[in-house]
Amino acid sequence: MPLLTLSWLLPLAGAIGLLLVGNADGRRNGAIRWLTLAVSLATLAVTAAVWAGFDPAVAEFQFVERVPWIPAFGIDYSLGVDGISLLLVVLTAFLTPIALLSSWGSIERKVKEFSIFMLALEAAMIGVFVALDLFLFYVFWDAMLVPMYFLIGIWGYDRRIYAAIKFMLYTMAGSVLMLVAILGLAYLHSAATGRYSFDLLALSTLDIAPQTEMWFFLAFTVAFAIKVPLFPFHTWLPDAHVEAPTAGSVILAGVLLKMGTYGLLRFSFPLFPEAAASFAPWLALLAVVGIIYGALVAMVQPDMKKLVAYSSVSHLGFVVLGICAMNAQGVQGAIYLMLAHGVSTGGLFLMVGMLSDRRHTRLIGEYGGLKAVVPRLSAAFLIITLASIGLPMLNGFPGEFLIMLGAFRWDPRFVVAAGLGVILSAVYMLWMVQRVYYGEVRHGENATLPDLHPREWASVLPICAMAVVMGVFPTLFLRPMEASVEALVQQMQATQTLRAMDNPHPPAPRTPTPGNWTAMRPVTRILYSLSRPHSGPSRAERGQKRWLPAKGSGGYQGAVPLGWLIGIGN
Amino acid sequence: MFDSTFDAVVPLLCVILAALAAMGAEAFRARGERMPIGGLGIVGLAGAGVSSVLLWNRNAASFGVILADNFGLFVTLVLVVVGVLTIMFSSQVVRRDALPAGEYYALVLFAIAGMIMMATANDLLVIFLALEILSVAVYVLTGIRRDDQRATEAAFKYFLLGAFSSAFFLYGIAFTYGVAGSTRLDRVGAYLAAQSMSDSPLILMALALLLVGFAFKISAVPFHMWTPDAYEGAPAIVTGFMSTGVKAAAFAAFARVFLSAFEPFSADWAPIVWIIAALTMILGTVVGVAQSNLKRMLAYSSIAHGGYLLVGLVAANEVGKAAILFYLLAYAVTNLAAFGVIALLGSRDRGNDELRDYAGLWHTRPALAALMTVCLLSLGGLPPTVGFIGKWYIFSAAVSAGYYGLAIIGVLTSVVSVFFYLRVVVMMYMAEREVAAAMPPRVTGVSMAALAFAIFVIVYLGVMPTQVLDLASASIATIF
Repeated sequence: MPLLTLSWLLPLAGAIGLLLVGNADGRRNGAIRWLTLAVSLATLAVTAAVWAGFDPAVAEFQFVERVPWIPAFGIDYSLGVDGISLLLVVLTAFLTPIALLSSWGSIERKVKEFSIFMLALEAAMIGVFVALDLFLFYVFWDAMLVPMYFLIGIWGYDRRIYAAIKFMLYTMAGSVLMLVAILGLAYLHSAATGRYSFDLLALSTLDIAPQTEMWFFLAFTVAFAIKVPLFPFHTWLPDAHVEAPTAGSVILAGVLLKMGTYGLLRFSFPLFPEAAASFAPWLALLAVVGIIYGALVAMVQPDMKKLVAYSSVSHLGFVVLGICAMNAQGVQGAIYLMLAHGVSTGGLFLMVGMLSDRRHTRLIGEYGGLKAVVPRLSAAFLIITLASIGLPMLNGFPGEFLIMLGAFRWDPRFVVAAGLGVILSAVYMLWMVQRVYYGEVRHGENATLPDLHPREWASVLPICAMAVVMGVFPTLFLRPMEASVEALVQQMQATQTLRAMDNPHPPAPRTPTPGNWTAMRPVTRILYSLSRPHSGPSRAERGQKRWLPAKGSGGYQGAVPLGWLIGIGN
Repeated sequence: MFDSTFDAVVPLLCVILAALAAMGAEAFRARGERMPIGGLGIVGLAGAGVSSVLLWNRNAASFGVILADNFGLFVTLVLVVVGVLTIMFSSQVVRRDALPAGEYYALVLFAIAGMIMMATANDLLVIFLALEILSVAVYVLTGIRRDDQRATEAAFKYFLLGAFSSAFFLYGIAFTYGVAGSTRLDRVGAYLAAQSMSDSPLILMALALLLVGFAFKISAVPFHMWTPDAYEGAPAIVTGFMSTGVKAAAFAAFARVFLSAFEPFSADWAPIVWIIAALTMILGTVVGVAQSNLKRMLAYSSIAHGGYLLVGLVAANEVGKAAILFYLLAYAVTNLAAFGVIALLGSRDRGNDELRDYAGLWHTRPALAALMTVCLLSLGGLPPTVGFIGKWYIFSAAVSAGYYGLAIIGVLTSVVSVFFYLRVVVMMYMAEREVAAAMPPRVTGVSMAALAFAIFVIVYLGVMPTQVLDLASASIATIF
């Protein structure tokens, strides 16, 4: 059975089916909500079946479906998952029902249209993760903007229209340049082989001139960096996250941001390995700036939603750092943190939404002492907060740990700054929890707030359970991605070595050589050392003195035996 | 068919006969009697459509000047679709605004006849003749509401500037004849190819003048000045008709003249068209952002779309030529449907075409708002609509011809254009309805069927473009 087609077609069919339901006076709101939830749960079941049938030992794409779509241009309808995308698909299907449940209390008008847009969004998001054809990927990537635009613009908060348009234009501005690069790749393929192709695998074997490769890499990477969002492309994010309705924020933070990092991992880096290697330090620098900057800005936010939004900038910086390290630990950590961030930040937005449904404000100053009033909500919030900070045994820890491990093997300087980000994240998150949940009840309205009711339990429990499971049994989630990540990392390194051998006379480096190191100005010296982490004899020394087990030396191939480190699993 | 010398003009004759029948019906109509004159037009257009399909792949030629090759037939079919949709939308408008039905439909049909002739003409003078047939009909249609001051002004402006551009065009023909000794495109092309002369001033003059004439008709910058005024003043459905039909016909002739006869001189005209295309895309979108009248906004948007079509012309490779054809179809259906919605929302006294008139349309006419949204998303080039496939096709032509600069300008301007299309969506979905605003009028079944058909085409070709893409590629293979 074509499970992957089913996984995106099912929500789309649900959306189209809902179009036909008459609901002019809101009479069928209840039925529509249940139907939508059922469709999203069925989708979850389909993706779970994909996970169950997934062979973790295989690095290649699985469940591959390939049908010619526009043969004249070599465009195929081709789908497939590997270890990198599998769990992101599951994450999407996991978060959508939760987001839907969260909307039951807060979305009262135009329920049918809301459900249609949510299901259409789910279809497009899953499509982005399973598409193997660049054209198909782009179609899903752009199609996803439309439902999200409506979700923010119609059901959002006060400045929703501004936020919706900003979200749409920012993302599109980045992605159209990627479109030109995609067309350029297909053209290069036709110049080399005589036929167009948009197939990811076919294009990744293409030999591209360094100059062209650099431009293509930049076009792809800017599109993804806007989505991540990498500093300084993040300015759309606070607006969109804050103004979106709770369900929209959950999906935005939980899934949409991951599309950016997924794109880096799936397209930017493997398609353009050389350019990626030379730009990785710069991307990592931006990532680290984002980690610190996001954390500092989050700290001073009076609005809870905005605080969580900026914390995403910080966390996604970690993910990009792990990807830039491009070793098994870094990439596995990055994927793991993508999943963990999806769960925990989705959960944070969910619970901030619950508070705001009750009190119609998101300002931290309006709360205080809620622990006594809503103890269960407080407990859940605390769990997710700790998960987000990266407390061991909760889902944030393995990802951040692996990323820092990977980054350390690559270039320790980044890890120092990233470590500072971890501390800062504890500061802003715990400070918020303290101000909201601890202390005295200062506002009379807060004294009578109701605690979680069954429907809210239904959405909070899976999140908390997942946070714990992911923290305690990380291998459960690391195992499926291992083989694919290993293959990706090796392929990246092999391509770089191969191309270096192809070119025995590399062009003279434009940057100054270490010989006239002393002649450089201090700023140049810093930039130079940042831009060339691989150069110099110190790297070899670092490699020899490595105190961490090298790749493949333990029983747990690829990454450090994490379960061993924290005493559980394996 | 009869394999006679008349084969190639059969589609043309069908439309002309229908136009004559419409005029006759109007003459014999008793005052106040209702006649399905629009139906006559649809029958004629259906005949043109069927005969075009039968003529496919036969390369029929009549009198040496009308050439029913696949390129011309593809455009003919696009024009038939434009005509049928226009007539279906018009049925409601004609009754509402009490327009003279016989004259209105006859003019629409004559205009389409001129367009078909222009798309299939193989002789510069016949192209000119066709241009005049369609122009005169469209001038009158622009001012068909004689009690409306703005419409009259628009018609007059359009007429003056149109006459001006015709003069340029004619002058260009004269120069061409002076150089090549013929106005037949195949002979001109053969002569120019054989001469291999180095940039004689005469031929460059001919090129420049023809270019100006075409640029006027497709409203390319800097010859676009008449467009916003004419589009805003004309009745909405007429605007839709001219922004799609006239553009399609003019582009077909433009491509035929410049890509076949003047192909040897492409090194001379391509850089100029490059600049015109870039300016057209940029100006159309940037000025479009500042508009508050929907018709005027779509007028600028149609200027920008002309720019995208020019990109295909500049690329001038296999992909580019096919892309022009596909884009013409995509743009024609989408734009006409958008103007159809505008026309249907108007009333006799008021156009209801200001942006704020659309506030809260979602609450009063959800179906119309949804259909309009699909049209706007397609114009903006978002998947899964035909507009996306069209843009993708155009830009891939530009990239494969090495015009990265044009492709980048194109994609960036299309992002800017999404901004103003979204303003309409914001109004329809996210703004509150004005309390005093009148309820929008009901939409008749015929118009709704036309809209539904257009939306079906937009989405279907957005998802399954293969057959039409192949058809477009096949139809350019025959001549260029």
